[in-house]
This record gives sequence, structure tokens and C-alpha cells, in this order.
Amino acid sequence: MPIPDTQSALSVRGLHKRFGDRTAVNRINLDIPVGSLYGLVGPNGAGKTTTLSMVTGLLRPDAGTVHIHGINVWERPIEAKKIVGVLSDGIKLFDRLTGEQVITYAGLLSGLTRATVVERVRDLLHLLDLEREAGTLVVDYSAGMTKKVALACALVHAPRILVLDEPFESVDPVSAANIRDILHGYVASGGTVIVSSHSMDLVQRMCDRVAVIMDGCVLAAGTIDEVRGDATLENAFVRLVGGRRQGVGPAWLRIC
Amino acid sequence: MVTHLLKLRLLLLKNSLLRNPWRLVAVALGGFYGLGLLGLTVVGLVALSGASIDVTRTVVVLGGSATVLGWVLIPIIAAGTDQTLDPARLVTYPIPLPHLLTGLTVCGLIGIPGSVTLLGAVATMASWWRHPLIAVIAGVCAVAGTLTCIIGSRMVAALTAGLARRRRYREVSSTIILVPLMLLVPIIASVSNELQYANGDGFTRLANMFSWTPLGAIWAVPADVAGGDFARAGAEVLIAVVTLAVITLTWKHLLVVASATPAHTASRGVSQGKLGFFRLFPASPSGAIAARSLTYWLRDPRYTRQLIVVPLLPVLFFYFSSTVGAPGIIVATGPFVAVLLSLSIIADISYDHTAFATHIASGVSGAADRAGRVAAVASFSVPVVIALTVASAGVADAWRWLPGLLGLSLGILFTGFGVSSVSSAKLVFPVPAAGDSPFASPPGSGFLSGLTTFASWGVLAVLVVPELALVVAGAVVGLPELGYAALIVGVTLGALFMLAGIRQGGALLESRAPELLAQLQRQHGSA
Repeated sequence: MPIPDTQSALSVRGLHKRFGDRTAVNRINLDIPVGSLYGLVGPNGAGKTTTLSMVTGLLRPDAGTVHIHGINVWERPIEAKKIVGVLSDGIKLFDRLTGEQVITYAGLLSGLTRATVVERVRDLLHLLDLEREAGTLVVDYSAGMTKKVALACALVHAPRILVLDEPFESVDPVSAANIRDILHGYVASGGTVIVSSHSMDLVQRMCDRVAVIMDGCVLAAGTIDEVRGDATLENAFVRLVGGRRQGVGPAWLRIC
Repeated sequence: MVTHLLKLRLLLLKNSLLRNPWRLVAVALGGFYGLGLLGLTVVGLVALSGASIDVTRTVVVLGGSATVLGWVLIPIIAAGTDQTLDPARLVTYPIPLPHLLTGLTVCGLIGIPGSVTLLGAVATMASWWRHPLIAVIAGVCAVAGTLTCIIGSRMVAALTAGLARRRRYREVSSTIILVPLMLLVPIIASVSNELQYANGDGFTRLANMFSWTPLGAIWAVPADVAGGDFARAGAEVLIAVVTLAVITLTWKHLLVVASATPAHTASRGVSQGKLGFFRLFPASPSGAIAARSLTYWLRDPRYTRQLIVVPLLPVLFFYFSSTVGAPGIIVATGPFVAVLLSLSIIADISYDHTAFATHIASGVSGAADRAGRVAAVASFSVPVVIALTVASAGVADAWRWLPGLLGLSLGILFTGFGVSSVSSAKLVFPVPAAGDSPFASPPGSGFLSGLTTFASWGVLAVLVVPELALVVAGAVVGLPELGYAALIVGVTLGALFMLAGIRQGGALLESRAPELLAQLQRQHGSA
């Protein structure tokens, strides 16, 4: 197995996961340099969420290693988790707490002092435009607001690397723009962000690097320009992944 | 369209059976139970053909009224258990309302309860086999009565479904409904007592009363015709027809309303900065977990339901001790409540669902997780158990035995915390989601959760043997002073087991957290 790159923010070697007789992630290698805004794209069921779960210590891999700033996630989990912020897709929050309580909870769990937590929670509620709903139970939030609270939970302990699974899904355009600003500022200050998304457009505009995943394998990885060549990212993606259908749909669906 | 809905109902039944073999067993058992019930009913009704008209009338009216009442009450008690053919899921399809109403009614007839009711009702014809004309009338009334059952039940279901869309209502009602269930035994006992004193006359009067109500009118018609009281029979037919018309129209109206008002929830929150328990507990990982758990004990109906048992247990024990005539029984309240409360956190991680990922992702230590959860329960259960133990000793006038009882109660409570700290880190099992009915247990939950609970009870029983032995020995030789030894042993040994449990459970949790999460995700996905 190749040696992990300890200079990278995230270095993945030979990561492998099977569910029953289906290989979800197939011995992938990935290096994500410090200070990059890295996009992870792929069709549904390509293994993005599985990869990110293994990277963040939520799902035990069958084989392979994950190093975050040189720390082996599965050998020294507590140290690694202190410097990672996670937003998982399809994971519930403690939704019987108010939005403010959930973020406070995440901060205290990471071992922050009360004063720090209070200050950061106030800032995050303001940044993410959640102040008006701070005292409402998360169970009564809309999907987009829930996503924003989850993002705040990932940010509250000021991690060195952020792993965000579908962070923009069902988030309104204004909030999405605010979140992009926050992420750009974070990266400019030396943080690293990994984002998985279905939206090619968004990844092309926001990220500086990208990896295309399909059937648990990395099809292409590098800077956006390297991956897309002279096409748009979407076209490059469709060329890599395949499965595009030609035509205008069945005749009965043409109304006029 | 009606046949289409019928096919859908059968398909849903088939798929749910194929997906889970235990469901099949349950349906088979339910079928046998229903058949048995039906057999008994038929035999009884045939036997009635030899009895007087009055007796037949009383039995049929009471039985019929109880059946209608049962049908109407079931959707209130079990709101949200049967989601098959929920009208709310059909609103997006352009189904004409009359078809929908007919379809849903006919669907109510298939399935065990519907068919058993229909067959049982039709069997009332057997009571009148000597009078063919009356038997025909009985048959018509039986069909009408069964329709009243099914449509009435559908109407109540539609009524509660409207209310149930409000989260708070759903949660409160699902908790409150347990109170009468818990007190069912004393209630039935006292009612049957009353009836015993009132003997046969009581039943006849009761049946007479019911025959004037929508519940019983239709069932009294054949007997009144047979008895020659045509005016009364006519009035009863009128009551029954009006009833059917009213419930059908109400149901129709509710369906129309429901299809026009999509589900929405609105809730007022507190203002920013109100952190509740997070202010009271220390600002550490375990303090935060304790604050979060305690908030859940108050806000999550699944936890609150466990609490509602606590004030009811003393009532039950008081009732039993006074009926049996042994006031001493009431002192068992403290230890019993201790068992319940200490093992109440056995499903804690299961209740978290995938929100448990927050704990894993933040790298909180397993021991802090365990300690926080225990601290939350302990914060209220220690005072409650002490208060109940002292009060029960007072009521039973057994002050001399108080130290021993306290030792036993606290010993059980602390040891139980340790036991559940380990077992909840070992196993997660499918539990209903926070908003579900308390009767809606997801498939496969019964066996595993039952096994875990029994195993934990067993371990707890073994670990509290020392203090239990001291208390029992004191009672046998009549030496209440042994109770002081039980108090010391119970508290120290219990505390030791609790600490050991938190450490052991914490270590277990740290090594197995990703596997537990994967399991929770699978259950969550399938639920």
C-alpha cells in the first residue's frame, strides 16, 4: 500500500468498503492539500457518503488508511476528531433541542469552555441567519434550516478541516451564498474544506479542486481545469460517468 | 376503482408479510384468536335460540354495543398504528369521493377484525333459526351494525388524524392514553363488582339503555320485532339509520377537509439565549450530555411515557394491598420504581437514532457519554425513589423497616444504572420514532428488546442479592436493625457497580460506536 502523505490535510490510501456483495468503495487513494476547497462529485450511489463517513470516523473501513494532518483517524480517533468538522447527509440531529441548544451541545461535547461556546454560538446564529429561529425546536425547522444548524455544529469547534456531505441541499440561495463566503474565508485562512455535491455548476464555481467518483472508484482528480479540460465540468462529468440519454422524451409527453 | 383499492390493500398486506416473517406469525396468531372468538360467539348465539327473547335481546345488544364501542375507540388508542391505505396518502390521486368512501369501507371488512365482526354479527341469525322471518331481519341488522362499526371507526380515525397532525397534541395524547390502560385492572374489577351486586337485572337495564343509543339500537331490532313491539323496533331502526347517515357524512366531510389542508406545523419557540438545562449543568461533555438527556426526558414522549408509570405504580400497589388486605405490599413501591427508572435508559442510544453520530463525530469519551446519561436520570430518580420509599413506609406504618427498604431501593437504583450503562452500549434495537404511537413497535423490536430487558433484569437481580438478603433476613428473624447494614451495603455496593458499569460501558462504546451507528442507520432506513 502506498505511503500516506502526511503533509496533506487528508490522505486516503486503499480505502475499501463492502456492504454484503456490493463494493461501495473500491480501494481508493486521495490526497487533499491543505487550504483547498475540494469538491467530491458523482452520481447517486457512487460511494461519496460512504467515503466521507469512513474519513470522519463514523464508518469502519474494511481496509485502507485515513490520515488527517498526519493523524491516523482509525488509530487515534479522538485526536483526529478534534480537528475535523463533520456535516453528514441523512443523519439526524437531536431535534428536540432548540437550534441554539443543538449548536451549544456540539460545542460542549468538543470540550470548549462555556464562555467560548456562548460567543461562538451567537456568531454562528448571526452568520447563518438563524437568530430569529434560535429558540425553536429543530424538529419544527425546515430542511434548509436544519442543514444550516448542522453546518453550525460542524463549525463550532473551529476545526482545521471541514467535511461537508451535500451542504447546499435544500438551502435557499441567499443562505447558500453566505455559506460559500464563510467557506472561502475559512479556506483563505488556511482551513481545508471537502464538499460532496450533485451540483456541477456549484462545484465548478466554488471549488479549486475536484474528484469524480463512480462505482466506488476515483475516475479523475485534480484542479477543476485539469478535470474539465475545455468543456464545462458538467459535460466532463457526463463524459466520464456516461449514462446520458439522447432525445426529447416519449411522444405522449409532448403536449402540443 | 373500488376493486383497485382492494387490490392495493391486499398487496400491502402481502408485502408486509413477506418482508417480515414475524408479521406472518402475528397475523396467524391473530387469525386463530379471531377464529376462536368467532367460534365461541357462534356457539353462544346458537344456544340463545333456546332462551327467552329477553335474554337474547340483552346478550345481543350488550355484545353489539361493546363491539361498536371497541371499533370506535381503537383508532384513538392506537392512532398511527395502521398506516395501510391512510386516506392522506391517497389525496394526490384523482379518485372520486364516493369510490374512495366505498373502497375504504370494503377494505375495512377484509382483515381479521373486519371479517370476524361481520361473521359474528351475521351469526346472530342463528339465534332466530326457529323464526325464519326474524332471522332475515337479524341478518340485515347485522350488516348494518358491521357497517356502523367500520364507518364509525374510520370517522374517528379521520378525526384524530386531523388533530394528530399537530405534533404537540400527538405526543401528549400518546402519553395520556396510557393512564387508563394502566388502571384497566382496577377499573374492570370495580365495574364487575358493581354488576355482580346488581345481578341479572343490571344487565337487562343496561341493555335497555344501550338500545336507545347509536351503539346498541340496531342490535335490538330483531328481538323487538319478535316480541311484537313494532313501534319500538321502528324507533330503533330510525336511530340506527340516522347514526349511519351522520357518521358517513361526517367522515366524508373530514376526508374533503383533509384533502384540502396539507400537513403543516407551527410552533412558538423561546427567545435566543434561553438554554434551559444547559445553563444548570457544568460546561463539560458529560454535563452537556446530562442536560441534553434531561431535556429529552421532558420533551420526548418516548421518555415521558416511562415517567407516567411512576405516579401510577403507588396507586396500583395501594389498590392491590387494600384488596388483598395486606398493607405491607405497598412498601414494594420504592424498589419497583427503582427497577423501572434505573433500567429506563437501556434503549437510550436506540432512542438517539442517528443523532448519536454527533457523539461519535465530536470524539467524546465513552465514559463521559455514559456518565452524562446516568446523571440525567439520577437527578430526578434518586429524590423520587427516596420520597416514595419513605412515603410507602409511612402509609404501611413500617418506619422500623425504613433503613432496609431505603438500602434496597437505592442499591437497586445505583446498580441498575451500572447495568443499563453496559447493556445500552452493547445493543441497539429498533424503537419507534419520537412522534409515533406507543403501540407502533417497528418490526423485529419485540424479541431483541425483550431479551435485552430480561437479561438486564437478571443481571440486576443477581447483583443486588447482598442488600436483598439482608432485608429479607431481617424480616424473617424480625430484626429491623439489619436494615442499617442493608442501607450501607446497598449504597456502597450500588455506587461501585454504577462506576464499574460506566467505565465498562464507556470502553465498550468507544470500541463499538461505528458499528452501533451502522446498525442504527440500517434500522432508521428500514423504519
